[in-house]
Amino acid sequence: MDRPLGLLAELTYKCPLHCPYCSNPVAAPETAELALHEWCRVLEEARGLGVLQVHFTGGEPLARPDLTPLVAHARDLGFYVNLVTSGVGLDQRRASQLVRAGLDHVQLSMQDTDRRAADEITGAHVFDHKMAAARAVKALELPLTINVVLHRGNIDRIGPIADLAATLGADRLELAHTQYYGWGLLNRSALLPTRDQVVAAEQALAQARAVHGDTLEILYVLADYYEPYPKPCMHGWGQRHIIIAPDGRALPCPAAAQIVGLGFDNVRERSLSAIWCHSPAFTRFRGDAWMPEPCRSCPRKGIDFGGCRCQAFQFTGDAARTDPVCQLSPDHHLVEAALRAAGPLHQALRPRVNPR
Amino acid sequence: MTPALSLTDQPRLRRGVRAGADPLSGETVLLFPEGVLLLNETAAAVIRHCDGCRSVAEVVQEVGTVYRDVVPEDVMSLLWELITQNLLVVDRG
Repeated sequence: MDRPLGLLAELTYKCPLHCPYCSNPVAAPETAELALHEWCRVLEEARGLGVLQVHFTGGEPLARPDLTPLVAHARDLGFYVNLVTSGVGLDQRRASQLVRAGLDHVQLSMQDTDRRAADEITGAHVFDHKMAAARAVKALELPLTINVVLHRGNIDRIGPIADLAATLGADRLELAHTQYYGWGLLNRSALLPTRDQVVAAEQALAQARAVHGDTLEILYVLADYYEPYPKPCMHGWGQRHIIIAPDGRALPCPAAAQIVGLGFDNVRERSLSAIWCHSPAFTRFRGDAWMPEPCRSCPRKGIDFGGCRCQAFQFTGDAARTDPVCQLSPDHHLVEAALRAAGPLHQALRPRVNPR
Repeated sequence: MTPALSLTDQPRLRRGVRAGADPLSGETVLLFPEGVLLLNETAAAVIRHCDGCRSVAEVVQEVGTVYRDVVPEDVMSLLWELITQNLLVVDRG
């Protein structure tokens, strides 16, 4: 067993946005969020385990009034500190406080290139806030990655999206196809792009990379439903990352809470070290002993680790099956059926409903 | 892409990339958005010299003075590898 490298700290499920592709759980538990002192202890335990990076995420982490002291504590412990944010609430003053606290990097979500389309998908008037947040981050010379989740409604605008990211002075642009978990799964048939759109997007991506060259690094997260083999989800279950949900449950992946019967431990009750080493939720799919065929004898099992356990669970009700995305999976027809079931172009989306 | 690495280029860590210490081993690690790279002792020494002021020739020379078994080609190939991984950038000297 290796040590974990990254801690995803989901500080809250609260968010001012209503993105229909959000991967947060649709029915988030109403247990109280971890308090500042509890998060600080979790950070200390994570450092002791050898974790090198902390990603403050959510929901919207800026919704926590104690984000600045948390960032300061993480940086004091030696972590590389990343903030994953919608940008709402990230004005010049707050950004300055976070930089002084030691924030290393900001990942700012953008939805589209124009105000109307962006505000429509987020269900809020936030486009101008996001533009202002990007300028605040750049004014402080903080490195900036712009995250854009791709779906059928924006995938045809990869070129203009890259131009916008470059105009905002971003160092990196992450174009990530929707991952179908949580609200994203609920809205899947309205979000799925067509195969033609995916092919065109990859051409547009190559063009954008040629245009922007070294000035803007463009990362691309594949549309796994259209791929022949599954994604190497989390670089293997319980291998590199620990996710702490807002209520303190420790998860091997942000979507894992839906898997019935895994037995999640909570950092309120057990040390992070004990959880990483012994929690059934982490040990259940660690390594390859759990693998069924066709994974067990597959030469790719060290590349994709059998794919995504949550996706297997969502499609088949059994998290221990091969990711049905894989063309070798006996359940692959379920993915093909999902693609066939994709709805008409302008199907209505169900906006994310937020916890109070 | 940078066409080639010249001896007069001045390498430095890209914005968002910084060196830190591994809490378990105490060795140097390169930290960057969504990634880490554990460095051995000589690689760490090379990175320490990449300050945007020293030229590639100076990095090679100074690291070679301390680590006698490190040949210039090793330093050059490490620098090039870090450039291709978007961790290091060079200012043209």
